[in-house]
Amino acid sequence: MAVKDYLRERFFPHMWCPGCGHGTVLNSLLRAVEQLGLKKNNIVMTSGIGCSARISGYVDFHSLHTLHGRALAFATGVKLSRPELTLLVPMGDGDALAIGGNHFIHAARRNIDITAIVMNNRIYGMTGGQFSPLSGPGKKATTAPYRTIDNAFDVVELSRAAGATFVARTTTYHVQEATEIFKKAIRHKGFSVVEILTQCPTHYGRKNKEGDAADMLDIYKNKTAKIGSGALADDPSLLGRGIFVDRQAPEYCEEYGKILQAAMGEVGR
Amino acid sequence: MNEKIRFVQGNEACVEGALYAGLEFFAGYPITPSTEVAELLSERLPQRGGRFIQMEDEIASMCAIIGASLTGRKVMTATSGPGFSLKQEAIGYACMTEIPCVIVNVQRGGPSTGNPTHVSQGDVNQARWGTHGDHAIIALTASNHQDVFAMTVDAFNLAETYRTPVILLFDEVIGHMREKLVVPEKGEIAIVDRLRTSVGKDVDYHPYLPREDGRLPMSDFGGDHRYNVTGLFHDMWGFPSNNPRVVKDLLHHLVDKIETNVGAITRYREHHLENAEYVMISYGSSTRPAIHMAGHRREKGERIGVLELQSLWPFPEAMVREKCRGAKAVIVVEMNMGQVMRQVKACVDAPEKVFLANRIDGKLITPNDIKAVLRVIQGKGV
Repeated sequence: MAVKDYLRERFFPHMWCPGCGHGTVLNSLLRAVEQLGLKKNNIVMTSGIGCSARISGYVDFHSLHTLHGRALAFATGVKLSRPELTLLVPMGDGDALAIGGNHFIHAARRNIDITAIVMNNRIYGMTGGQFSPLSGPGKKATTAPYRTIDNAFDVVELSRAAGATFVARTTTYHVQEATEIFKKAIRHKGFSVVEILTQCPTHYGRKNKEGDAADMLDIYKNKTAKIGSGALADDPSLLGRGIFVDRQAPEYCEEYGKILQAAMGEVGR
Repeated sequence: MNEKIRFVQGNEACVEGALYAGLEFFAGYPITPSTEVAELLSERLPQRGGRFIQMEDEIASMCAIIGASLTGRKVMTATSGPGFSLKQEAIGYACMTEIPCVIVNVQRGGPSTGNPTHVSQGDVNQARWGTHGDHAIIALTASNHQDVFAMTVDAFNLAETYRTPVILLFDEVIGHMREKLVVPEKGEIAIVDRLRTSVGKDVDYHPYLPREDGRLPMSDFGGDHRYNVTGLFHDMWGFPSNNPRVVKDLLHHLVDKIETNVGAITRYREHHLENAEYVMISYGSSTRPAIHMAGHRREKGERIGVLELQSLWPFPEAMVREKCRGAKAVIVVEMNMGQVMRQVKACVDAPEKVFLANRIDGKLITPNDIKAVLRVIQGKGV
C-alpha cells in the first residue's frame, strides 16, 4: 500500500502551519506502519490536545482524539481491554510532559505495550507560543517575554528512569532514521518512547531567532549526532540521537493475562 | 444456605449489580468511602475474564474506562468527593463523544477533603453540572441494598440505551451499611446490550449519524469500521467541526436525547403517600428515617408520606409536581443545604409550601430532626 492509503484524504487539507514539522512526523510514522505491514483495523491511534494531537484525525486507523494530557490514560484502557491491538500515541511536549506527565511516567512504569511519540517542538503551538516543560531555560515565549527560567525535562532520561523499555530520539531532518526507529518502537513489546524533534517556525523559531523551517532543520542536522558516534564524543554539546534503551521486561497486558488465568482457575477448582 | 441471599455492604451490592449487568472493565483509584468497590472488583472481575486496573489517579481511571468502552466493553469506575471532582473533565468527554459508562460516587462530606468517613449528599448538583458546558446527564440513587443492586443494573442499561455516562449517586451510609441482598436469578432483570451497527464491512459507517429513533449504533474499536472520536464538536463522521449548524444540532441532540426521555428515565418509590397532606421528598440514606417517621405518624392517623426519588437527573419535574399537588407542605429531607429542595421549589405549584429538613454535620439525619421541622411547619413551636 502507498502511504496515502493510510490517510483520510476527506479530512485534508490539514491544519498545520507552513513549515511545521508535524507532517514529516506523520510521513515517517506511516512509512513505518506500511513497512511493518500492519493492518489498519488493528491500529488504534490515541492523541491528546494540541497541534500534534490532530495527527489522529488524518490517519485511517481507529482514532481517538481525547483530552489534553490524557491520551495515554485512554490508550491504557483500550490496550488492556484489547491487548491484540497496536496502540500509537502521538503527543506534544506540553501534552505529554506537563499536563500529562503523571500518565506518562505511570504508563512507562507499567511497561504496557504502547508506542508513545513525543513530538517535541519545545512550545505550545496551538495556543500561540507559550513555553513548555521541554523549552528549557533562556528561551523566549509569549509567557516568557524576558526569558524562561524553567529547566527542561530530558525525555530520554525521564523515560528510562520511569521504566520505559524502549527509548529513542530522532528529528524531522532524519526522516529515514525516524522511520527505522518507529518500526523498532512499534515492534518492541512494552512501553516505547520516541522523542522526535519537530520544528515550529511559527511560534518557536521566530521568537528564538532560529529562522525558518529550513534553518531549523539545519540545526537538527548540525546540532545532533548519533549516539556512539565520533562526532558526539568529540563534541558533547551535541544532542544524541538513536536508541538509548532497548530491553526486555514483563509487559503489563501479558502479566494481567496471567492474573486472569490464575483467577479463572481458582473459580474453576 | 442459599448463595443468592447475602448480607453485604452497599458497595458490595453495587458490585453485584454491576457484574449482573455485564461489567467487563473497571478502572479506579482508592478513595474513602468507595474503595470497597475497587477492592471487590479486583478479585471478582478477572474470575470471569473481565479486567481491573488501578490507575495513577481519578482522571486516568475515568479516561481508561472510556477507552475500554470504545472497544465494546461495559465499563465502570467508582469514587468519592475529591475524586468525583477530578473526573469531571472526562465525564464531559463521554457526554460529548456519547460513550456509555457508569460512574459511582459514594458521597462523603465536602467541599475539598471535607469529611471523608462520614455521610453527605452534597454532590447532587455537581453530578448535574460538574463538567463544563451545556449537557444532559443521568444520575440514579438508592436507599437500600436491593435498590442499589437494581439501580446499578439500570445505570448500565441506561448508559447503553442513551449512549451516555450514568452517575450512581450513593452515599457513605448506603455504601458502608450492611443489610440483606437477594441477588436475582439471571434473566429476572432485563439487560440492555450494546447496540452495534448493522453496516457491513467496507461500507461507509457514520458513527455520529443518528437513526430515525435517535439512537446511534456503535462499532467496536478494533473492528471493521475505522472512525474518529473527538471531544470537539463533530460531524457525522466524527470529524471536528465549528460549523454553527453542526455545533447547534449536536448540542441539541446531546441534551434532547435525555431531557425528552425524562419520563422513561424517571424512577421513584412511594411510601405511605396515599392522600398525604404532608409530603416528604427524599433519596438515598436520608429516605430511611423519613420512611420510619411517616410509618409512626400514619399509625397515629396523620396523613404523611414519603416520595423517594431514585432518579435525580434529569430531574423528574412533572412527577414531583403531580405528587405534591394539594399538599399542605412538602418537606425535602436531604443531607446538604437544599440542593434537591431548590429543584422541588422550581417545579411545584406552591413553592412557598416547600421546606427543608436537613443535616450537614456528617451524621445521618434522624426522625427527630425531621419532626422538629414538621413541628415548626405545623405551628407547634420549636
